[in-house]
Amino acid sequence: MRIVILGCGRTGAALARLMSAEGHKVTLIEWNSDSLERLGGKFTGAVITGNGLDEDVLKKTGIEQADMFVALTEGDNRNLMAAQIARERFHVPKVIAKVNDPIRAEAYRNRGIYTICYSLIGSAMIRDLAHDRPLGSVEEYNVLPPELKD
Amino acid sequence: MYIIIVGAGNVGYYLAKTLLGAGHEVLLIERDKRRCDLLRDEFGEVVMRGRGDEIRIMREAGADRADIVVACTGDDEDNLIISQIAKWYFNVPRTVARINDPRNESIFQQLGIDATVSSTNIIYHLIEQEIETGEVIPLAALKRGHIEIVDVELTTRSPVIGKRIRDLPLPPDALIVCIIRQDNAMLPHADTVLEPDDSVIALVSAQSERLLRQVFAEEQEE
Repeated sequence: MRIVILGCGRTGAALARLMSAEGHKVTLIEWNSDSLERLGGKFTGAVITGNGLDEDVLKKTGIEQADMFVALTEGDNRNLMAAQIARERFHVPKVIAKVNDPIRAEAYRNRGIYTICYSLIGSAMIRDLAHDRPLGSVEEYNVLPPELKD
Repeated sequence: MYIIIVGAGNVGYYLAKTLLGAGHEVLLIERDKRRCDLLRDEFGEVVMRGRGDEIRIMREAGADRADIVVACTGDDEDNLIISQIAKWYFNVPRTVARINDPRNESIFQQLGIDATVSSTNIIYHLIEQEIETGEVIPLAALKRGHIEIVDVELTTRSPVIGKRIRDLPLPPDALIVCIIRQDNAMLPHADTVLEPDDSVIALVSAQSERLLRQVFAEEQEE
């Protein structure tokens, strides 16, 4: 599988290492060369330095042939814009964006961008742990509960 | 009209001021507390603190009755999400987004933003006009850009000064529709003689625009 990852933070670096260890073709986009240290020595994929919202930079990653695009920067809006460019402009079949704001995560999931919301997943999981309940699935945790609407 | 402006940097500030002056109802949303405090001294209740990409804030702002939402923060990605949320959640009839990277213009349009404004592009086009022609100014485009309306500003150095319109080597698909002379609009006829400081308004097909420019072009200085 060919996968393009935007952002070499903790999640981006870990995902890049996991996928490249499985033999997939990984290309990372990152501004800051210091962040690349997180990749360690075994990462075999490619790294493109630049702005992940810039179509020229995205083309350099081979996004036109990518099977999957994942936006994992610190900025929700940056991830949502990059994901929409990947989907609408480059027709990447599978597009995933990390979005920390639960409301925005749901808004864009309803519009067809697969969003992952750590704050939702983490809080729901901790609540189940607090009640000593059996843990649910990540899919269930990733959905906006009624208590958080508004 | 009720206009919500998100982002109170220089662009948002002067836009709010101008719209208020024109009698519109304006709400200026800014996330930075110090900037808000500063602006409240001048604008009072017109300023609201918060993030325009949060649905809760936009609901509080009354986005559902806004005629226009203008997203003019310094970040293109924020302006995109602000505009999309305004459209999807509050059915705002018109969204205008400021764009910093002019190449984002077409992706914003593809993603449903009604209008984009790129100061980089505006300044670039002004400079391009300066360099290329000096005096032929595109005013508007008709028929999806196939026909242009241009304004040619004549100077004493224009080669057409003292000539009759019938003697100009105009391309066949160019038509001079109006001459503005000392603030009077005149209907031109074949024997009208061109004078310095005339504004010549012409309709021309896109492919003949260059030929039209050549007719009016000043002699290049060696």
